[in-house]
Amino acid sequence: MPQTRNTPTFEPLIDSREIWGTTLFDGAAAQRGYALNKMCFSFNDAANRAAFLRDEDAYCRSFGLDDEQREAVRRRDVLAMIAAGGNIYYLAKLAGIFGFNVQDVGAQQTGVSVEEFRARLSAAGG
Amino acid sequence: MARIIGGIGTSHIPAIGLAMARKQFEEPYWKPFFDAYRPVRAWLEAERPTVAVVVYNDHGLNFFLDKMPTFAIGAANEYRNSDEGWGLPTLRPFPGNAAMSWHLIESLAAADFDLTTCQEMLVDHGFVVPMQLLWPDAAAWPVRVIPIHVNTVQHPLPSPARCLKFGQVLGQAIESWPANDRVVVLGTGGLSHQLDGRRAGFINKPFDLYCLEKIVDEPELLARYSIRDLIAYAGTQGPELVQWLIMRGALGSGVRRLESNYHVPISNTGSGMLLLEKAA
Repeated sequence: MPQTRNTPTFEPLIDSREIWGTTLFDGAAAQRGYALNKMCFSFNDAANRAAFLRDEDAYCRSFGLDDEQREAVRRRDVLAMIAAGGNIYYLAKLAGIFGFNVQDVGAQQTGVSVEEFRARLSAAGG
Repeated sequence: MARIIGGIGTSHIPAIGLAMARKQFEEPYWKPFFDAYRPVRAWLEAERPTVAVVVYNDHGLNFFLDKMPTFAIGAANEYRNSDEGWGLPTLRPFPGNAAMSWHLIESLAAADFDLTTCQEMLVDHGFVVPMQLLWPDAAAWPVRVIPIHVNTVQHPLPSPARCLKFGQVLGQAIESWPANDRVVVLGTGGLSHQLDGRRAGFINKPFDLYCLEKIVDEPELLARYSIRDLIAYAGTQGPELVQWLIMRGALGSGVRRLESNYHVPISNTGSGMLLLEKAA
């Protein structure tokens, strides 16, 4: 992570290194996660959200999710869904079914309580 | 001929739309954010634009990963939003200007920016939230709209340099439209935020303030970044800055900053707002 505090300018960086805690949703991820993301895209329709809730695993299978993706969905494990190719904008539609917002999702991924996650966000304004 | 009167940069996150639906304008969390838009609305009221060109990124409403255009433009006389899965209300339709859209498409293609053309296009929160923020009380939308989508979902994304150049060409295309429209260009999204991964919640206030400052008179400084730079400095959703660069490019040289605001946090985001007036 770059040192950014109290520096007046931000020079372009060298491109090759990893960015901590970050997965780029690139072609490989888009291919890996296609079925999972396609299922989540279907949740734009309320009838599909209801169908998912009636029988989650059957709904996942109908979109061809593999074992790793189905298990990640079953456990509501966002990091595992991302590792299996999930894109956060599509996963947000799945999270919405359970009434989770982006602070809930952020707290889960960072391993803190929602209150602590919100406090971190507020601290960024200091 | 049409004239660009100014540009507005604004956040577009769904939480703003939900807060507006719940009328949370006076709540302590929201009040500093919403109050900053009052002078922008007053400027719009006084300047009376007739067309808004809205640059945003679709987040999985109109486009899925089966077909993902880098740049796409609406070419319809009406646009609607729709259910995105988590409760944003469906609004009255937005009036378009298909003839002007086709003029932009022709002009941009002649300048080597060939866009995906959409005669049907659902507009998501990236488009809708800024429209609500700028015209919250209008009985009917007072502008006709032209939505422009930029892929910031699936890498590779267009570079900041290309987006600034796209904006410059877009500005020339707008100002060659023969009707006497008064055009405002909206650049939406940003500023720093990261929704995904163990780094979720990343916000970089110094970098956001740097961008808000430099985009006014030195946007080429921001156009030097790679997309990875923007992610390193501003999080996985930080590349939405490219939509502000398109807006800024469209204004050309000679702009005046009328309003600027920055507020942290709004949801998971460092929220920026900027009103630039173009010299007559």
